[in-house]
Order: sequence, then C-alpha cells, then structure tokens
Amino acid sequence: MASVDTSMTSKDTILKVEHLSMRFGGLMAINDFSFEAKRGEITALIGPNGAGKTTVFNCITGFYKPTMGMISLHQKSGKEYLLERLPDFMITREAKVARTFQNIRLFSGLTVLENLLVAQHNKLMKASGYTILGLLGSPLYKREAKKAIETAAHWLERADLIDRADDPAGDLPYGAQRRLEIARAMCTGPELLCLDEPAAGLNPKESLALNTLLRSIRDEGTSLLLIEHDMSVVMEISDHVVVLEYGQKISDGTPDHVKNDPKVIAAYLGVDDEEVTEVIAEVESLDGGAKA
Amino acid sequence: MANAISEPGKAPASLLGQAIKEAVFTGLLTFGLFLLYIGFKTDQDISNALIIYGRPGLLAIFVGIAAVGRFLMVLFVHPWAKARKDARAEVPVHDIEKSPSLFHKHFLKIALVALLLYPPVIVSIYGFQGSLKFVDNFGIQILIYVMLAWGLNIVVGLAGLLDLGYVAFYAVGAYSYALLSSHFGLSFWLLLPISGILAAFWGMILGFPVLRLRGDYLAIVTLAFGEIIRLVLINWTDVTQGTFGVSSIPKATLFGIPFDASPGGFAKMFGLPMSSAYYKIFLFYLILALCMVTAYVTIRLRRMPIGRAWEALREDEIACRSLGINTVTTKLTAFSIGAMFGGFAGSFFAARQGFVSPESFVFMESAVILAIVVLGGMGSLTGIAVAAIVMTGGTELLREMEFLKHIFGPDFTPELYRMLIFGLAMVIVMILKPRGFVGSREPSAFLKEKKAVSGSFTKEGHG
Repeated sequence: MASVDTSMTSKDTILKVEHLSMRFGGLMAINDFSFEAKRGEITALIGPNGAGKTTVFNCITGFYKPTMGMISLHQKSGKEYLLERLPDFMITREAKVARTFQNIRLFSGLTVLENLLVAQHNKLMKASGYTILGLLGSPLYKREAKKAIETAAHWLERADLIDRADDPAGDLPYGAQRRLEIARAMCTGPELLCLDEPAAGLNPKESLALNTLLRSIRDEGTSLLLIEHDMSVVMEISDHVVVLEYGQKISDGTPDHVKNDPKVIAAYLGVDDEEVTEVIAEVESLDGGAKA
Repeated sequence: MANAISEPGKAPASLLGQAIKEAVFTGLLTFGLFLLYIGFKTDQDISNALIIYGRPGLLAIFVGIAAVGRFLMVLFVHPWAKARKDARAEVPVHDIEKSPSLFHKHFLKIALVALLLYPPVIVSIYGFQGSLKFVDNFGIQILIYVMLAWGLNIVVGLAGLLDLGYVAFYAVGAYSYALLSSHFGLSFWLLLPISGILAAFWGMILGFPVLRLRGDYLAIVTLAFGEIIRLVLINWTDVTQGTFGVSSIPKATLFGIPFDASPGGFAKMFGLPMSSAYYKIFLFYLILALCMVTAYVTIRLRRMPIGRAWEALREDEIACRSLGINTVTTKLTAFSIGAMFGGFAGSFFAARQGFVSPESFVFMESAVILAIVVLGGMGSLTGIAVAAIVMTGGTELLREMEFLKHIFGPDFTPELYRMLIFGLAMVIVMILKPRGFVGSREPSAFLKEKKAVSGSFTKEGHG
C-alpha cells in the first residue's frame, strides 16, 4: 500500500488530484489537471463533450494509468492511498472508491439481488474462507451471506427496486438500471462514490428522485464525485463544481461561482460577447427552474 | 405460393373447401413448372441421336406430393401453427418461466434413482454378459462425457471463457494415472485426487498466459495448448511411449479388492461366476459418484462468492473490476477447477480402458465436449446432462442402425452416415433452441421467490 505524507493536505480532503496528465499517443487528453474533493461533499466535474471528464474518472478508478501526476485518497481512518499505483480492483477493495459507468454496465443475466451480492464479493470471500470453509458449510459464511442479503435489501429499498429484487437486471427499465448501478456501487461500502453521468437519459421525475438519493448518500458520510451534463442536477445538488475544457481546468468553485464565470460560459457556447450575455440569462433562468 | 395466406375467421367447413382449392391450384402450378423439367427427358442413343421420352409417372408423383402437401398444410399445419402462436402470445414475451411442475421439481431425484437402478435392471434383462454393451457403451461412456462437460461448464458456461483445449486436462489426468500407476504401482484411489491436482495445476499454467486474451484469441491459444499437450505425449517417447500409448494400466479396486481371477478377486470372494461385467458395473457406479461430486461442487460453488464472480465475469468483466473483484484469480480458479474435473475424468478413463494413447485426446474430443456444453445450455447442469446423453448416446445408437439396411439396401453402411446425421441434428437443435436445451438460468440467491432468468438476458462471455 502506498502511503503519502498527510501534512500536505487538509484533514477534510478525501481526494486530491495533482498535476494529472494523460496522453493517448499524440493526444493530450488531460493536461496538468489538479483539483480536490472534500469529504462529505458532492463534487461535480463538468465540461463540454470531449473535455476529458471520463478520462479523469478512469484515471481515478484505475482503468487508465495516468501519464503523469498523483492521485491521493485519504480515508476516514487516516489511511492514505496513491491511486495511480494501485491496480483497478484494489482501488475499490482497499481504497474504497466505487464507480458507475456512463453506459450502464450491469450483470444483465444475474438478478437484481445477485448484482448487489457480487458487489460484496470481497467481504463474502473472506467470510467463506476463500470458498473452502464455505464449501464445507461453515456457519460463519452462512451468517455473513445472510447479512449480505440484508445489506442488498437495504440498498434495494433505498433505490426503490425492492419489488424487482428477483428479476434479471437486464429486464429493468433504463432509469431503474441507473439506480441499480448506484446501489451496486454502494454495496461495496465506498468512501468515495464516482458517478459517470448518473442522470443521463432520466426523465425529470426520475432525475428528482436521483437527487434525493444522492443527497442522502452524501449525508450518510459517503463523498461523491460526479460527471454530469444535466445542469439542473449539477447546480442543485453539488457543493463544489470543477469545469474542464480540452483537458484543462478552467474554473473551480461553488455552483454559483462557476455558473457566472465568463470562461465557463465561453467554453460552453463559444466566445461571442453577445452570446455570453444570452447564456448568462439562460443559465439564470435554468437555475430558477431547477429551484422551483 | 401466392395464395398461401388463408383468410382468418372462416368456418372449418370452408377450410376444407379452401384446402382442396389450393391443392388443385398447387397441383396445376407444379404441373406447369415441372412439365418440361421432369415430364420429359432427352437422351443420346448409340448413334448419338437425341431422343426424347416422357416420364408421366414421375411427373405425377411430383404433382401429387405438392398437391397433397399443400392440402395437409392448409388443413392441419396452418391452424396448428396459428393456435400455437396465439397460445404463446397469451404468455408475456421474455417473461420468467412458470413455477415448475412436480416432475420438474423432482427431476434430479428421479434421474438419480433411474441411474442407480440402471445396471441391475439391465443385468436382469440381458444377463451379465449381455449387459456389458449397455453398461459400458451407453452408461459409462455417456457419464464420462457428462462429467467432462460439467467440468468444462465451469470454464465456458459459468465464467464465459471459451476453452477449445479442454481435452488436454483429460489427457493430463489419464496419463498421470497411467504412468504413476504403472511405474510406481500407486493405487487408483490415491492417484484419482493426484490426477485432479495435476490437471488443475496445468489449468493454472494455461490460465496465466491467456489471462489478457479475450474471445477469439483466447479460443485459439487454448486450442494450441490442447495440441501442445497432445504433441508432447506423442513425441516424449521415453516416458509416454509415443503413439504406442501406455498399455496394461492397473485396474481400479473396490476397497482393495481387485477385479480379476485371483483367489482374492471380487468374483471368487463373493462366490460368483467369473465375468468382466462386475468391473464394468463397479466402474459405472464409480463414474456416477464422480459425476455427482462434480454436480454437487458446481451447485455449491455457484452459491459461493466465487461462483457468482464467475458468472459476473461472464456478464461484464469491466464491471467486475470496478467492484473490487480480482479478475486474475477469478479466472485462474475457474480454469483450474474446470481442469481438475477433467483430470478426474481422465484418470477414470485410463482405469477403465487399461490403455491410453494420444489418439484419444484429439481436438475432436474438445469440440464434442464444447458442443455438449453449448447444446445443453451454458451453465445448466440438467441441460448439459441431457445433451451428453443425446450426443454420445445418439452417436452410439447410430452405430446400431441395422434396420436402415432394409430400407436403403444391403450396400448401405449406417455407421458411415453417423456423423452426418449427428451434425444435421445439431444444426436443427441450434436453430430451434439457440440457447441450448435449457436456456434459462437459475439464480444463486433470491429475496422473495426464485424465478429462472430467461436466456435472452444472459451473455455468453467475451472470452
């Protein structure tokens, strides 16, 4: 386990990304990108299409190894991990960072309940004595398996999926699949939950329910990092917004600060002055709409 | 035919009229179509002159077939197909299967009892000598394939890793027993687990290089691995005696009682007349027990986190990694446990044959085992057992198609058409049941009620 010096970062920082760069051949997808996510907050990562948001996610969750830079995670217990040095599955298992995917990746042939049990694999693996004790019928495993089902049921309740627990995950409607993916990620017991466009394709009602779910997850002590295009979600629930364009950070701060930042407006709608004023008006009306 | 669609909602009486009408029309159409093709034949006579002669009889047969066929089609097949379609439409599409009937629920118990009673019943019908063929060719042969297919099912059906070289582990098991027992005189019961462990070890060795490969690439490397093992067996003549194979392998014993003519042998001990049937019956129960162990372990493993991880791996590997599952060890355990059962089956095979040679471990064997798994429905033990019975039992049965000689004349050798019929049967099964005999999957855990997952949701794995 790679440990880093704690003195550098303040106590309530959970994730610290420093000078992150990712190069694909000749393309610099992310260039010297740094930001911090605070514990107990919802941090949103926004930016136009192709800005490199998902690449940042993939670097944090270990699916890509960054070309340069340092990603450090600080757990509640004081343990620290350098994520860029861990293999992807260790990032979830040890560093307690869970993620969802932009294009939903459920185990469609397994039932909803089984999806959540797979997420508790490591815990159950230990309880079953790496299968050997479990195969011999150890009571410890039976107890843990029961507990795992309870945990799963708890998250099914939260995600409003309890009625469909025994149906195949592939049979769920789109919005329910999104919620199931979040529930599945939560079953790994994460300290930081990374959501890649959780509101994509949801109708306004589902989107609202998602906001409630995400807020309650935050209030229970799991920090969130999310990529989102739906501004009503971003502006409403995030505590902190980071804006990315062409692999570089162009703005960083509270939602109010970001939405009035001319750089951000320019990034989203071009640099024409007349348009900027229009955009400001539009963003404000959007903001009003979201509050209403 | 253009007027194929009969109008719906007509009374059955008019259906007959319509059938006759369509039959006549079809007959006329056929007559017109085939008049010149079939009705006349041109030929050259000895002086190279073209002569034409009519074949009214043949033409009449053609027209008759078409007309009668159309008649039956309109009168019986179409209403039947329609009724079937309507019945299906009432059941929601892709829905979970209904709760199983009593027979289905106790299917496994019934099958097990039937298998346990199989040798005594056969012996009582055919006598000891007559039972040999049925117990050995049908019973043992099929059960070996059931076990192999169940072993491969862990790798292909559960973990979704396409393994085309499974027979290599079968070979490792067989040669482990053959060599260790003939050189060191170790007993079958000691060597059975050792063969399994050695095969599992080789499974892991195969697993390491192919971890990074998926799909077609994985299949090719496993295929190559199977061939490497076979070529080593052929060419390492000092140890394996190459293509001559290892012969006079010691037989298995029943708690130390050998099956031979010695005073301490099984027949003498129980005062029975000498017969080789006892050994075969013993082997039948042995392979049945091995199959049951395989099934039991597979069923238990599916409810363990490791089994769920295998199935999750088949569904989506990236999602697995995002949930903290070490896909490397998960794949390796799938490979090695699958290989272990192959090794058990291999050592049993060597004890049964008393002779092993590389001939028994050709690619065709891997292909047949894989075909059984796919045909049975990936992941389903029952389906695979049925497929093994159909595939191996079917090919054995086709050897005995003597009656076909009466139909096609004495020159016809049904054995030669065995594989052709077999291939055709496979194609037909895959068209009718693309997900195998049992396409649905049983969940490993449930909250309120156990519902089978339809095959349309499960994935085949990417490699």
